[in-house]
Amino acid sequence: MKKASNLKFRNESALGWLLLLPSFIILGIFVFYPMLKTFFLSTQLTDLMGNPIKFIGFKNFSNLFTSDSFMTSFTITLIFVFFSTLLTLVMAYLMAMSASQKIMGIAVFRTMFSSTMGVSVTVASILWLFMFNPQIGMFSKILTFLHLPQINFLSDPTWSLVAIIGTTVWMNLGFAFLILLGAIQAIPQDLYQVADLDGASWLMRLRKITIPATSPTIFFVTVVTLINAFQTFGQVDILTSGGPDYHTNLLVYAIYQDAFVNHSVGRASAQSVILTIIIMLFTMIQFYVKNRKGANYANE
Amino acid sequence: MQTSNVKKGFRLATLIVLTLLLLLPLFVGISLSLSSSQSIAQGHLLPDHLEFANYVKVFTSTSMTKFLWHSFIISGSVMIGQVILSIMAAYAFVFLEFRFKKAAFILFLSTMMLPFEAQIIPNFATMRDLNLLNTYAAIGLPFLASAFGTFMMKTSFEQIPTALKQLSDIEGLSHFQFATRVVMPYTKVSIITFALYSFLTNWNMYLWPLIATTNDNVRTVQIGLRQLRSQDTASNWGLIMAAIIVSVIPTLLIIFLGQKYFKKGLTNGVIK
Amino acid sequence: MLYDGDYRSYNAFFNLYVIVMTSLHQIVTIILLTTIIIMTSMAFERVQLYMTIELRHLKKKYDNGEEVLTDINATIENGQFYILVGASGSGKSTILNAIAGFIPINDGTVVINEKDVTQLPPKDRNLSMVFQNYALMPNLTVAENIVFGLAARHTAKDIQQQKLNDVLNLVHLEEYKNKKPGNLSGGQRQRVSLARALVSDAQIILMDEPLSNLDAKLRAEMRKEIRALQQQLGITVIYVTHDQTEAMTMGDQVMVLNKGKIEQIGSPLELYNAPANTFVADFFGSPSINLLDVKMRHNSFHLNDQFEMLTNVDIDEGQYILGVRPENIVISENGALRGELTHIEPLGDGTNIEVNIGQNQSVRIKVSEQLDLTLGDVVSFNVLIDRALLFTPSGQLLHTGKSVSAVI
Repeated sequence: MKKASNLKFRNESALGWLLLLPSFIILGIFVFYPMLKTFFLSTQLTDLMGNPIKFIGFKNFSNLFTSDSFMTSFTITLIFVFFSTLLTLVMAYLMAMSASQKIMGIAVFRTMFSSTMGVSVTVASILWLFMFNPQIGMFSKILTFLHLPQINFLSDPTWSLVAIIGTTVWMNLGFAFLILLGAIQAIPQDLYQVADLDGASWLMRLRKITIPATSPTIFFVTVVTLINAFQTFGQVDILTSGGPDYHTNLLVYAIYQDAFVNHSVGRASAQSVILTIIIMLFTMIQFYVKNRKGANYANE
Repeated sequence: MQTSNVKKGFRLATLIVLTLLLLLPLFVGISLSLSSSQSIAQGHLLPDHLEFANYVKVFTSTSMTKFLWHSFIISGSVMIGQVILSIMAAYAFVFLEFRFKKAAFILFLSTMMLPFEAQIIPNFATMRDLNLLNTYAAIGLPFLASAFGTFMMKTSFEQIPTALKQLSDIEGLSHFQFATRVVMPYTKVSIITFALYSFLTNWNMYLWPLIATTNDNVRTVQIGLRQLRSQDTASNWGLIMAAIIVSVIPTLLIIFLGQKYFKKGLTNGVIK
Repeated sequence: MLYDGDYRSYNAFFNLYVIVMTSLHQIVTIILLTTIIIMTSMAFERVQLYMTIELRHLKKKYDNGEEVLTDINATIENGQFYILVGASGSGKSTILNAIAGFIPINDGTVVINEKDVTQLPPKDRNLSMVFQNYALMPNLTVAENIVFGLAARHTAKDIQQQKLNDVLNLVHLEEYKNKKPGNLSGGQRQRVSLARALVSDAQIILMDEPLSNLDAKLRAEMRKEIRALQQQLGITVIYVTHDQTEAMTMGDQVMVLNKGKIEQIGSPLELYNAPANTFVADFFGSPSINLLDVKMRHNSFHLNDQFEMLTNVDIDEGQYILGVRPENIVISENGALRGELTHIEPLGDGTNIEVNIGQNQSVRIKVSEQLDLTLGDVVSFNVLIDRALLFTPSGQLLHTGKSVSAVI
């Protein structure tokens, strides 16, 4: 009855909003307000304290796109994101496949494989800092052993990005592995039994069963890894500080440098806006694909 | 189909090699942390003789103890805050009917696509203006509300059978009783998963604690390590490695304990 | 003047007085007695009305305008085992949810104990419920699950214990008291759910397909158990099911629903022997009733322009539907009807067969002996026409049993 539902409506409305209130206060102050402020600041000329002086429209943006250092850092970021995501995905998938076998003690391997998920960016970066150390590091030992010329990984313009990619992939493997493992284990075993009866090869099983069945998860892990890669900061800060000569100056590190070292808040905000747009784009693609998939599942 | 022992052995060997390769940096780190400075300086990856001096030094001659304590306080309180606020919000979204609920939820979700890195400049200004820099509040407050957590809790609350809600209606349970006697016990696993995940993320936070602290008062262990590395220009690798091993123990424990929950919980919360 | 020394007249007056007084007394007595009788009967009636549930003109539409319930009216008496039966989407669960107060209805009233509860929340309707998937808390023990509602209502601990022990005894779960639901079988879980409903002292228990998750043997056992408990405790049960066997074997009254409408309300045997229409006739009985299109001409039914069945039923000539239960057909060597055997199901204690009588018409026959037939054999049989049902072409019942009787 209408009366009943109205009555119910009023009672629950107050409680509903009361329960949402704390979250909304926090989100309002620390997410929505700063986001709008960043958009605002990106259109302003700012002083050294970060206070807006005057409106300059899209000047900050046009300055960025004509600045060599930004274009370098933007290009580097795209290269970094592409390779770190690709490598993470491929390696995590291979690990997930080998860890989905039924062998005694497999649980131990699964735990080991996922353990880098718990490693912080600081720990990972310092561990790899040693690995890349030109005097006593692991890689220098390997190169010596193979009678190859020494590489100064962290001060060479090309190798420094490789080093950052390597560290990032290592860090991200744990999470990607765990999610992909879950997806692979969820594949109904009878699909493989049918394949066995048909005598399908390992590659056929991979192409016809495993990959198609896990494709939603692969997509999800790709987007998440991609978004994470765009937000990379700590590795750069500890391993190379953006150097040599801006060759590892990834977007977020550039924002941090401009805002807190160069005190160029307008420029930093403009870069933040660009970062936001990129991440919104990928998140929206993911939402869209997920909802489309969701609709399909719902029909089943 | 029977898998032959040779095949099994081969697979096992592959797994072992993979594990060793993957965890090599960690093993090297542990090895160095147990080595003396001389041994490292000579370029030995394995210690000449095992010694725990580095670990003793971490706790005696550095501020690591203090930093660890700060991290515990911040990670723990943000975890508690996130769990409570997420449960509250998710309860409203799942079990209550009110106007603009859908709009409120979309607003919540939208925060998931806004990168925190793009909000640091105004947030820093806010903290500075509120005189909160170098306080626990500065580091923790911005993360108390979690869209991810709310989403994950919402997904798991939706798994509660309608019959349990109906039963509670018949028995006349209040919202508080329903939440504490039915909803929370029923979704215990998800709540624990999220709590562990939250602690892990908070413990490993880097950029924001770096910006929000300018001295050692409330500095977290991650920023402490960064500092330790840049201070120790002499590259006392043994000490640094011992420090990072100490810092990674709590999170590795969480991973070992929570592995099976993470796989299920995170997949459900994120993908569904 | 009346006393005018005339004793006689006085006497006459006295007599009159006595007569009047006597009759007055009688009248008063009669009035008094009648009042007492009426009041007693009213009081008695009150007792009888106690715990009835009335559904008056219930209507429910979905937001998209689709009608789920169209004008549902019913009275469920105290102590009745009342069954709502129908296919999925028939609205049976919607009615249950409306009685419980889980969903708002668009129109109509739900009356429990003469009180309009349409606007009341579930907790104030004084009823309890047994759910299809048991709705047990996996983290609580059997005992804790059973006293779930009592604990929520802050009933005193010793009363909780007392009631718990009584009800555990009732459903034979004493030794499982401290187990978790995860360690119980489906039947035991449903007993826990039943115990939880019984412990609340509610006189009305709603049951939503409580046996549908159990295997066949257990289901038969639980049917008996639930029915026995209901009669022992004198409670009112409203029971939703899609299973005709449950409806037949457990119910005092059965409401047959189809697409949100009541097809018929009645006792199980009424529904079987005098179904209001072909839908109800088809719903009960296994194998289901044969609904044969027949023509009435010259005092006999014509089937397929081929077979003829004589009858003395007095109806106009024309098209009808003859409903014949499979058990009301006898196989006989020179039967009036014949056809080819297309299907045979030996049951051990009997046999179900299907015979094709041409023009794509099949007749299901149930016999209580074992038959030695193979597919393709010609079977001839007679219809016990005095047990057949007669429906209008639109499916409404015209005549039952004897009234259709005839010579074969």
